[in-house]
Amino acid sequence: MITDTEQIKNTPSPALTASANDDHWDEIIRPETGLFELNLKEVWKYRDLLMLFVKRDFIAQYKQTILGPIWHIIQPVFTTIMFLLVFGKIANIPTDGLHPILFYMSGITIWSYFSACLTATSNTFVANAGIFGKVYFPRLVIPLSTVMSNMVKFGIQFGLLLAVMLWLGVQTGKFYFGINWLLIPVLVVMMGGLGLGLGIIISSLTTKYRDFTVLIGFGVQLAMYVTPVAYPLSFLEGKSYKWVVDANPLSSVVEAFRFALFNEGTVSIASLGYSFLFMIASLFFGMLIFSKVERSFMDTV
Amino acid sequence: MSDTVIKVENLSKQYRLGQVGSSFLSHDINRAWHKLRGKEDPYLKIGEENDRTTKRNSDYVWALRDINFEVKHGEVLGIIGRNGAGKSTLLKILSRTTKPTTGNIKIKGRVASLLEVGTGFHPELSGRDNIFLNGAILGMTKAEIKSKFDEIVDFAGVEKYIDTPVKRYSSGMYVRLAFAVAAHLEPEILIVDEVLAVGDAEFQKKALGKMKDVSTKDGRTVLFVSHNMIAVETLCTSAILLENGSVFDEGIPGLMIKHYIGKNADLKRGYKHESNNTLGNDNISLLYAAIENASVADKNEMIDVKTEIDVRLIFINKTKKDIISVGFDLKTIKGDTIFGSGNKFICPIGEETELTCRIPGNFLNNDTYQLFFYFHSDEMDPLLALPDLLTFEIKDLERESGYIGKINGFLRPQLIWHFD
Repeated sequence: MITDTEQIKNTPSPALTASANDDHWDEIIRPETGLFELNLKEVWKYRDLLMLFVKRDFIAQYKQTILGPIWHIIQPVFTTIMFLLVFGKIANIPTDGLHPILFYMSGITIWSYFSACLTATSNTFVANAGIFGKVYFPRLVIPLSTVMSNMVKFGIQFGLLLAVMLWLGVQTGKFYFGINWLLIPVLVVMMGGLGLGLGIIISSLTTKYRDFTVLIGFGVQLAMYVTPVAYPLSFLEGKSYKWVVDANPLSSVVEAFRFALFNEGTVSIASLGYSFLFMIASLFFGMLIFSKVERSFMDTV
Repeated sequence: MSDTVIKVENLSKQYRLGQVGSSFLSHDINRAWHKLRGKEDPYLKIGEENDRTTKRNSDYVWALRDINFEVKHGEVLGIIGRNGAGKSTLLKILSRTTKPTTGNIKIKGRVASLLEVGTGFHPELSGRDNIFLNGAILGMTKAEIKSKFDEIVDFAGVEKYIDTPVKRYSSGMYVRLAFAVAAHLEPEILIVDEVLAVGDAEFQKKALGKMKDVSTKDGRTVLFVSHNMIAVETLCTSAILLENGSVFDEGIPGLMIKHYIGKNADLKRGYKHESNNTLGNDNISLLYAAIENASVADKNEMIDVKTEIDVRLIFINKTKKDIISVGFDLKTIKGDTIFGSGNKFICPIGEETELTCRIPGNFLNNDTYQLFFYFHSDEMDPLLALPDLLTFEIKDLERESGYIGKINGFLRPQLIWHFD
């Protein structure tokens, strides 16, 4: 038998349902949010905006230039020539038995993808303060779009690298192609992830203290010298300072990129795993601090 | 289900004044230390109310303090208050460009703000690309924009230039296109801040009409911030009056406007330079400005509708050229400009220049007026602008003592009537 009290328990009173409805709000603006509210769902909602930003970056960058996107090709060509001269001829550093042009150009291509992602995303808040101050959209859309438009740029440069490989293949009779190539997309995503993760950490810090803007300016350049871009990792074998380059999470990605392309280079699962974990950590930490800062940076920027 | 769509609870916003420097770092560290030990932020206890006229002792200031109000579905809420009362801060928090210090806002439905039109327009992109980009920034999907594209282009009246980069647009076209995108958003809650100040008269009418449509036909909720009391009175169904970061009162727009004007009408007929209080900048330094009664011996006598008025100015020209264009706009306290007047004068460099402009009697109506002074160079580069420097009142003494009220209209000219 059902007692009266039980019945009361089972049927919600009208007052209760009304207040339950009242408590349904689409949006609550609060001073603090939970530590792990990353709003990735919202970023997905704004995916159209993401693509439009990529398109805008691409169209706007080379408006009123004569050469247009050809600049993407000129950049690695000249850097390769410079490296050939300085590291190849003057310093006489070996290139792991690879043709020097391929060695330098492959290093430069993957490195410049990272450095472009890092420098552009590290500027997110300061460069977009105007638009951020007027309208709300998930701020993460901006660095994500930067990484994606740089991927297009990387695609063009990678195309150039393939063309050079083909041309040199015809000259020397040595063609590279194999199952290792499957590793390339993974490495590109890792480079983009590292650039994004570190970039948003720095951009979050620069909102209040601009010191980091100065740091990033020369920091990226210096970082290239502790990454095996202009020299192979094998060149450091047995040297006491090798640990510096080993500790750099970018080293294994650059080496692995050459390994994937040409089957040459020093790669281990451990070093790649280390880089991968480093990327995950920097992305995770970056998004945490980014989502904290994006809500208040207008007051301090 | 209740029809409250916005609920603001104990909302406060604290700002830190001054430059970011090492003292910020020490406060940050102190704050983190308190948080780590589970204590309250030590800097929330201090801070002064936001009154710009007095010099403050603390580096912290409350732009908003304990604001509470609710907005119902379909309401058009006017937010009025003096500059610095906290209107913009409130809108910034509502549109989520900054977070509150304490308290919260609960919202039902999508919010879109027209804080400033044309946000995110890229000069190099065509009108078409910018419609999509701007629409997406404001929260529309590509499909939504596509379905409204023709309507937007039509509303802005830029069909011919739709594939031209917007940097080639005239400023009018630019603003029209930007407003058109924003106006075709379909948010449940729309925030409008002074955007009506843009565009030509015809476009303003269109924009106001659109705003009215949005609220009456579509039943959307609108928050409207403006200094134009006429617009607030005609468009809004209710209003709140902010003062120094707090809600002073809320109710029907007419009543709030009366409160606002009552508070604002601290008549200030004269300004005189004192050593600790200088008005001006590197171009012009103002020594004296006053509304003087020109019909009687005592210049400070009350002004009647029949009285001739002298606007008198003394200033020092600190620019390198001796030609200065001096002028003023005369506005009613509700914000309508009645007329502007000005001229170019030879003002010797580094010396005092004294100017008088006479406003005839039997011309202005029984109302409270404000003067907005501006100084330009010979090439019309702005040198100095002094908004709302003087406030004065004109009384219709005869009517006030005998008749029932004021004659309608902005002006009260004495015209000649006769039998034919």
